[in-house]
Amino acid sequence: MILRRTLADREDVLGVAMLAPALIYVTLLVGVPFVLAILLSFSNATAGSLSFGWAGGRNYAAILGDPIFLRSLRNTAIVTIGSQVLVVVLATAAAQVFRAAFRGKRLARLVLLLPWAVPVSLAAIAWTWIFDSTFSVLNWTLKAAHLLHGWLYWLGDPGLALVAIIIVQAWRIFPFATVIVLAGLSSIPQDVVEAAIVDGAGFWRRLFKVELPLLLPVVAVAVLFGVVYTATDLGVVYILTGGGPANTTQVLPTLAFQRGVLGADLGQGAAIAVFLLPFLIVVAVAMLRLARRAEVGAR
Amino acid sequence: MKRAGLYAAAAGFMLFAGFPFYWMLLTAFKQNRDLYVGAFDTRHVPWIFNDPPTLEHVRLLFGQTEFPRWVLNTLVVVVAVVVITVVVAVPAGYSLARLTGRWGERLGMGIFFTYLIPPTLLFIPFSRVVALLGLQNSLGALILVYPTITIPFCTWLVMGFVRSVPWDIEEQAMIDGYSRLAVIMKVAPRLIVPGILTVVVFSFTLVMQEFVYALTFLSSVDKMTVSLGVPIALVRGDVYHWGALMAAALVISIPLAIIYNLFIDRFIQGFTMGAVKG
Amino acid sequence: MDPIVVGVELRNLSRRFGDFHAVDGVDLSIREGELLVLLGPSGCGKTTLLRMIAGLERPTSGEIFIGGERVDADVPPRARGIAMVFQSYALYPHRTVAQNIAFPLEASGMPRSQIADKVRWAAEMFGIARYLERYPRQLSGGERQRVALCRALVRDPKVFLLDEPLANLDAKLRNTARDELKRFQRRIQRTTVYVTHDQVEAMGLGDRIAVMDHGKVRQIGTPQEVYEDPVDTFVATFVGQPPMNLVEVRDPALPPGTLLGFRPEHFLPQGHFASGEPTQVFCFAVRRVEYLGSDRYVYGSVAEQGFGEATVIAKLPAIVATPIPEGEALEFAVPRKALRYFDAATGARREGGRGP
Repeated sequence: MILRRTLADREDVLGVAMLAPALIYVTLLVGVPFVLAILLSFSNATAGSLSFGWAGGRNYAAILGDPIFLRSLRNTAIVTIGSQVLVVVLATAAAQVFRAAFRGKRLARLVLLLPWAVPVSLAAIAWTWIFDSTFSVLNWTLKAAHLLHGWLYWLGDPGLALVAIIIVQAWRIFPFATVIVLAGLSSIPQDVVEAAIVDGAGFWRRLFKVELPLLLPVVAVAVLFGVVYTATDLGVVYILTGGGPANTTQVLPTLAFQRGVLGADLGQGAAIAVFLLPFLIVVAVAMLRLARRAEVGAR
Repeated sequence: MKRAGLYAAAAGFMLFAGFPFYWMLLTAFKQNRDLYVGAFDTRHVPWIFNDPPTLEHVRLLFGQTEFPRWVLNTLVVVVAVVVITVVVAVPAGYSLARLTGRWGERLGMGIFFTYLIPPTLLFIPFSRVVALLGLQNSLGALILVYPTITIPFCTWLVMGFVRSVPWDIEEQAMIDGYSRLAVIMKVAPRLIVPGILTVVVFSFTLVMQEFVYALTFLSSVDKMTVSLGVPIALVRGDVYHWGALMAAALVISIPLAIIYNLFIDRFIQGFTMGAVKG
Repeated sequence: MDPIVVGVELRNLSRRFGDFHAVDGVDLSIREGELLVLLGPSGCGKTTLLRMIAGLERPTSGEIFIGGERVDADVPPRARGIAMVFQSYALYPHRTVAQNIAFPLEASGMPRSQIADKVRWAAEMFGIARYLERYPRQLSGGERQRVALCRALVRDPKVFLLDEPLANLDAKLRNTARDELKRFQRRIQRTTVYVTHDQVEAMGLGDRIAVMDHGKVRQIGTPQEVYEDPVDTFVATFVGQPPMNLVEVRDPALPPGTLLGFRPEHFLPQGHFASGEPTQVFCFAVRRVEYLGSDRYVYGSVAEQGFGEATVIAKLPAIVATPIPEGEALEFAVPRKALRYFDAATGARREGGRGP
């Protein structure tokens, strides 16, 4: 008598069984809260009581009429776009440097990766110290070099504070982007580059006509993650400025935290956080298109 | 000439990336009278040790603050989250790569996209869920919630990794007399050890880095994790102890950076989703 | 019904991936103890067919019998009484040679002492007893092949399945490895299915060859039958190197749209044939001559009314010393009994192939 198939041989059964815990976890603890986030934004829930009622569009009406919210929406966009432009420039340049072989490259790579590895909150507190109103080493250096005559209150001036936030965000993301672009560079088929060299293309021509177009999808991936990390980040702004001075540097996550958690108005906090969705949807759609392109390319 | 330019550019990037860490190092070991000199005094150069370095701040950090407690809390959360993530994400990633066929690919993509839903969108509903479960101000809240970040990304990582491992060894085992389940239990784990290790490291670094959920759920100082306690609670009254603060940041950053350096390539493969072929 | 004991039998076996018919209605009887080679170009379905026999791939439709038992629907690979050697040899990288060979025995629940004896016996048979404590990465390609065969043998299977086992070896090693494989199969007398895209390997090893293309078996027969009497133009051109010459002929004696086929080694200068031998003579416009040591390949075309312009190759062995000047037209001939006729439209064989 030949042995027949048992449950231990059934790929379909095993597949579902092994996938189920992850699916359940993600559905219950990402899917449900996600829906809840949107529901809450239409409710008058507060942190104190467990019951809540339907508030319709009132939360949205309230925040859309609130100049602080509008400012935070604008700040989120400014910080995200500003830092990502910096990131792209820095990362493509750094990748060109770090692809070359040179002495001490391993150490250089370790240093380059530090900003990405360090916890955001610790990096932010270090930058807070660097931007300190009295002891800022930046001010000292600028003064010592005779480039600064007055005084820069980095985190005390609304415009400068935004610049500081953009610098910290770019500093934190560009190493990650550099490594991604480097991975992209190493996956460019060498024969294409060599063909370009044989065809007499110089460094700049090669960079702009051959490599950058081939790198575009990879740079896009770096930027997309950068957008998610920057637009949805709470830590940098929370620690650097706390949204101040006078709410001029609030971004959506800090404002949502202030209203929803500290202010206990869950409904309004949720409504503010929902405005992060457009950023995420743009990113998700772009990623899907990239993934499809990669799939087609692989065939 | 070209060489010099290369080194100059590399040095420039290293300066930008590494400067805050150099600053941490200086601050952590400077004596207070060397540290707290206003920047308007251009004769006092802050970039170097003007007085001999001191261990005073480090001693303060470990002896008179809650820092050791936070390290312990962090380790508890790390162990729990790593275990949950490995137990849940590794089988799921394997299943998507080997057992579920075509719809597995779509589903894998779907799971990965939940990684893009940020804590800042979910912390408000979570604060309610955590309250309902009675987990406010406890490490349990973090242990419950952190896997929502690690599971999607690690499932994706493992799926990619398992795909890159040839099937034939597992098929050989099936022919050699083992059931599919026995192959999964006896043969596959050895083949995907590097993938599992990557999951461990990613979960570890995530717990070390996470700030938003910790800030939302934890209120008492003795419950905090490192990434929350250091910036929020290492303040006495209104005064920042910059020396101790920077010492803490340094102590945490260096090991993380070294681990990152070792696993960077695997993380990158996860992030680039086939836009880069490893 | 069937008098011979059948090792493996496939009935109307199909496997589709979406719209793609990887294997398309294959019927095949593999006799007990025979070595059958599945030969075909990559993508012809030969590996899918092998994997279905192994149980690694489920058929879309059709039936598989191994040793008379139906296995296609619900018998898992481990219960089919088969052993398989993969192209990569699929040795377990974390196990030593001895542990690799023991692995299938452990699965069967054999006692430890017996396992050790059997491993030693099998390793000695393949001359790898010295390597038992090594890891696969410390072995050469040929040694790995022996370990893989050894591991397959200890299972004592009814059927061996071999998937291009020589493809990863370098050319020098391949001849000895092929010889070893054949001797091994002769000794154990076990039904073997061998997949390859290399027709030299197929001819050298197979008791019978099944030539596959686009998921179908085009022809099954001994190496000689497949070589000398191909059933269609695909088999005629796939088997043999260089392939069979196919020239369109417009001869009122033949039906329209006929291809004339003949092997390059039968296409020789006319003076080479005895005067009594019935031959077909062609005027051969020589374009180029390749000197290959043991042979010369002559490339050209038939420069006569009523023949197509296809390139024709003549393969002259070194003993044919006739000088062949490039660019000239010479009298070449083919023995009449070596001529084959095919339908130009369908590629199928036509009558009138044998004799004058």
